[in-house]
Amino acid sequence: MKSLFKTIVVLMVFASVVACKKDTRPNYQFMPNMYESVGYETYQEVSIVVDGKEILSNDMEAQLPAEGSIPRGDHMPFEIENTTEGYELAKTTLVSPLDSMKIDTPKGKELYEIYCGICHGNKGKGQGKLVKREKILGVPSYDDAGRAITSGSIYHTIYYGKNAMGSYANQLNEEERWQVVDYVLKLKADIEK
Amino acid sequence: MKKSYQSLEDNLTNNMIQVIYRQLTSKIPYLGLVILLTFSTSLTAQEGDPKNGKTLFNTNCAACHQLDKKMTGPALRNVEARLADEQGLDREWLNKWIRNSAGMVKSGDAYANQIFNEYNGTAMTAFPQLSDQDISDVLAYTAEKIDPCKANPQPGCPGYEPPTVNGGDSGGISNKLILGALAILFALLAIALVLVRQTLNRFAEEKGIEVVTKDKSLPIWKAFVQNQFLVLVTTIFFLLASAYFVYGYLSQIGVDQGYQPVQPIHFSHKIHAGDNGVDCKYCHSSARVSKTSGIPSLNVCMNCHKSIYQVADATQQEGLNEYSVDYNAEIQKLYTAVGWDDAEQKYTGKTKPVKWVRVHNLPDFAYFNHSQHVEVAGVQCQTCHGPVEEMEVMYQHAPLTMGWCINCHRETNVKVEDNAYYTKIHEQLSKKYGVDKLTAAQMGGLECGKCHY
Repeated sequence: MKSLFKTIVVLMVFASVVACKKDTRPNYQFMPNMYESVGYETYQEVSIVVDGKEILSNDMEAQLPAEGSIPRGDHMPFEIENTTEGYELAKTTLVSPLDSMKIDTPKGKELYEIYCGICHGNKGKGQGKLVKREKILGVPSYDDAGRAITSGSIYHTIYYGKNAMGSYANQLNEEERWQVVDYVLKLKADIEK
Repeated sequence: MKKSYQSLEDNLTNNMIQVIYRQLTSKIPYLGLVILLTFSTSLTAQEGDPKNGKTLFNTNCAACHQLDKKMTGPALRNVEARLADEQGLDREWLNKWIRNSAGMVKSGDAYANQIFNEYNGTAMTAFPQLSDQDISDVLAYTAEKIDPCKANPQPGCPGYEPPTVNGGDSGGISNKLILGALAILFALLAIALVLVRQTLNRFAEEKGIEVVTKDKSLPIWKAFVQNQFLVLVTTIFFLLASAYFVYGYLSQIGVDQGYQPVQPIHFSHKIHAGDNGVDCKYCHSSARVSKTSGIPSLNVCMNCHKSIYQVADATQQEGLNEYSVDYNAEIQKLYTAVGWDDAEQKYTGKTKPVKWVRVHNLPDFAYFNHSQHVEVAGVQCQTCHGPVEEMEVMYQHAPLTMGWCINCHRETNVKVEDNAYYTKIHEQLSKKYGVDKLTAAQMGGLECGKCHY
């Protein structure tokens, strides 16, 4: 009888150890101070206190850059405003700074198919997968006469978004945006053929 | 001919409505209103073809307008009747507005300016390509009666299926029931056997029959203890076995394979990347250009969810049955977090950041760069992250151990085609190793300092 009792105790201990493994909880770490960065890491929760005032709260992982920050590289601010007038201004005056040597059609195609094709369709006719599945409707074809898009209006739309379309300025950098603009114009020319 | 058909249809509709409301005598005034409304809508939808109108509406108008919900522009159900009643504007005005709204605003038309200002000066795109017939088709579509069956399936509608409760779980439950029943059966059998044995023994006692019992020999465990060799072998065996398990336990410390945290918003990769085929890099765009494959900020969600404010009914049912998740409520969580007022279609400015739980986390002593693998090597995301497009809840697919990294570096051939950067080093190294194709390991992918410094 005693041995039976012992067996049960051993089994229960084993079961409780096994039951502790939960997929919703991270595993134990060996020497956690080798896991955590000394310098600031992306998405690190960190609290910065200056003069007794918390300027960065501990429970925020992703932070906005300080106001007025300029990314490294040859970044130029985009000075046309996000208004109807700005759109018209871009449409008539803004042209691509990329010359024929810098235009990289395969790159433009790749980016287009990641970011735009899902709604606008890989041919630019407004028949992307989300439109075909009736999730998002009313995506125009690039040859739409009422819109009559130009390189400047395309860039303005990518930068600020338009109507139901959001801004893609944070997913594409300046050069990539112009590569996409060039590819959109190619698609437009193909449709109009 | 068409007219008479229409009036026949109207009669039918009215009759049908009367049948439905036959017993609700108290609602007669309401009924009158319904009849009036059906007449008024059918009057405005004269010649248009609502079917063609729907196609035109979806391609041209739906970017900014919906029938029953304010979007970039106003809701358009019964727009023609509404304008005629409230503003006294006719079809002629609508034609002009649709073809060139900006021109009308400039010309100083009162209502044109009112609506232009009401929507913060957002100019409606001009549609000069739409003919009179097209516009009347679209207007016929906007004036279509709502089919109560389509909007809200209820008993009596064609193709109506009563919602199933826990439909997905029924198989599991019945399996468990069967197992439970079997267990009870076996327990009963065992009890019966014991009882039978007791009764037999009692009978034997009463009849005076002596039950033969074996002589007690040395118990087996005592014999075991007395045999020193066996004890030694067993001890060694137990030591080795426990060493094996201790080693196994220690070597999985810090390995989070299968880690599946509960996220603050139930985001289904299966719906987004699988069913709708959104590219991984659409949301995780920084995987292309940076060390970190970023968690998308909520404006990326809003790129689509500004338009998609609820999931399809079938998806909603599936979520409730299979994962007990209310997908529509999850979208509302997103709206709360980003501060989007869906009814007014604008941002309130009151945000509530979402605290996502990080799934993949490499220790600080190992350097890993996403862009190097995604952009330069062209490795598919699924190679390391597994079938994400099938995951309802994201989990860590790979162990992310050093052995796992090294193994891939040993087996993967470097993609050198169309990459001028590699031409020279490829030539030199393939001569050195005498191979056609170079693996990442041969290009230095096993150097300690590549990842640990």
